[in-house]
Amino acid sequence: MSQFLKNTAAGFLQDYGGAVLIHLLLILIWQLVADYGGLPPYMLPSPTEMLATLSETGNRWAQNAVVTMIEIVGGFALAVVIGVALALVFSWSRTALLLFMPLLVSLNMVPKVALGPLIIVWFGYGLITNMMIAFAICFFPVVITTAKGLSEIEPELLYLARTVRASRWQIFRKIQFPGALPYIFSGMKVSAVLAVAGAVVGEFIGSDKGLGYLMLQVQVNLDTASMFMAVLLITLIGVALYGAVALLEWLLVNRGGQA
Amino acid sequence: MTDQPFIRISGLRKVYGEGGAKPYVALSDVTLTVNEGELLSIVGPSGCGKSTLMMIIAGLQKASAGELQIGTAQGDFDPHRHIGMVFQQALLLKWRTVTENILLPAEFLGLPMKEARERARYLLQLVGLSEHGEKYPKQLSGGQQQRVSIARSLIHDPKLVLMDEPFGALDALTREKMNLELLRIWEESGKTILFVTHGISEAVLLGSKIAVMTAGPARLAEMIDVKLPYPRRLEMKTHEDFGVYTRRVYSLLGME
Repeated sequence: MSQFLKNTAAGFLQDYGGAVLIHLLLILIWQLVADYGGLPPYMLPSPTEMLATLSETGNRWAQNAVVTMIEIVGGFALAVVIGVALALVFSWSRTALLLFMPLLVSLNMVPKVALGPLIIVWFGYGLITNMMIAFAICFFPVVITTAKGLSEIEPELLYLARTVRASRWQIFRKIQFPGALPYIFSGMKVSAVLAVAGAVVGEFIGSDKGLGYLMLQVQVNLDTASMFMAVLLITLIGVALYGAVALLEWLLVNRGGQA
Repeated sequence: MTDQPFIRISGLRKVYGEGGAKPYVALSDVTLTVNEGELLSIVGPSGCGKSTLMMIIAGLQKASAGELQIGTAQGDFDPHRHIGMVFQQALLLKWRTVTENILLPAEFLGLPMKEARERARYLLQLVGLSEHGEKYPKQLSGGQQQRVSIARSLIHDPKLVLMDEPFGALDALTREKMNLELLRIWEESGKTILFVTHGISEAVLLGSKIAVMTAGPARLAEMIDVKLPYPRRLEMKTHEDFGVYTRRVYSLLGME
């Protein structure tokens, strides 16, 4: 096992060592430019100044980060559940597909961010509203990719299933859904990134909590270091969500001989 | 093989868009009998209706006219229980192991899984893949994958196995090997098999009977009894008798 870990670590270093180095290099250059470049700190704070803002209790980092995280994850989870369910309905009913898929495509053309103020009218300020905006923005990729994945079943396999009395639900559970998983996950990865943007935009428009709201608060004081820190935390939440999706994909798809 | 008629078809016909401006005849004039345990080769060009015939026998399409009876006695054949199918593509689920793939029809039918697992082990042995049960499809060659799909078609102990160009996607050498394997599996399992193919020598080598079908219009041209002895071997292809049968099929297909 430890040998396995060693090999994996060695392989990782070989494949990605360069990329990690470039990331670190960029942070180093940033630090040097900020320290010696002659720019005022409100224009470009250094990474260390940025980290120092974590001790500013007035920013209520943890509370704000948790709110933003709940909005992102909530909107994302809702989009995945409703998106997959809707795609399933489309795969079962051609009529539903023909009637409602074009509507979905039209609705997707509406910039969801522009709906923000309307959603605030409907749901009021706060967490639920921002979750809805995140949901609206990341729902569509899940529906599209899942519907595509569910429809990829070979007709002959369907014949075979029908000669042994397979029910719709059995076909979905044993053939369609596992077959669609790679599609669903690619949709989820796109959605994970969009959900972050949706939640933060919601917080910009109208909110009294969350990292997006915090950014507007500290902007007034030209506390650029805290703004950067907020962006970093938002990014980390996004990375964590994306990582969780990728891990789940690996567990469910790649490990079992697929991919 | 018994002399009990197992499939009786008379005057079977399939027309699309009947009564419309341009009806399309997908199948006509099919009258034939297949005995229990027989291997019927169905050979013909594209558009001769051989796949349509399969679909109708499988209960997946309705005939426009004619009669179809399956089973040696009235009511002893259930098309939703007693049919196994093999297609040109192996159609294995890539996230399931070989054994899990073979078990799929048993799961759909809700058969007792303990017995089904035992039968899957037996079938793996029958198709010569005893060592490969835990592998995933992509770890197998094309011929091996098709063996798995044959094993899958037998898991629920069907009375009738329908094969639609099962070896059409394999290279020539693998195909000949699979022909011999199929003959062995057929003899060991005693199933009634309908084997659709483009390959004339394959049809003659395998079939105890051959249904020769022609296109334009799609119809059954002739039934041929193949009186070559079993077990059949590849070298029979060089025998005079074999040539007589293949020439007969070629001439029926207008390819002389």
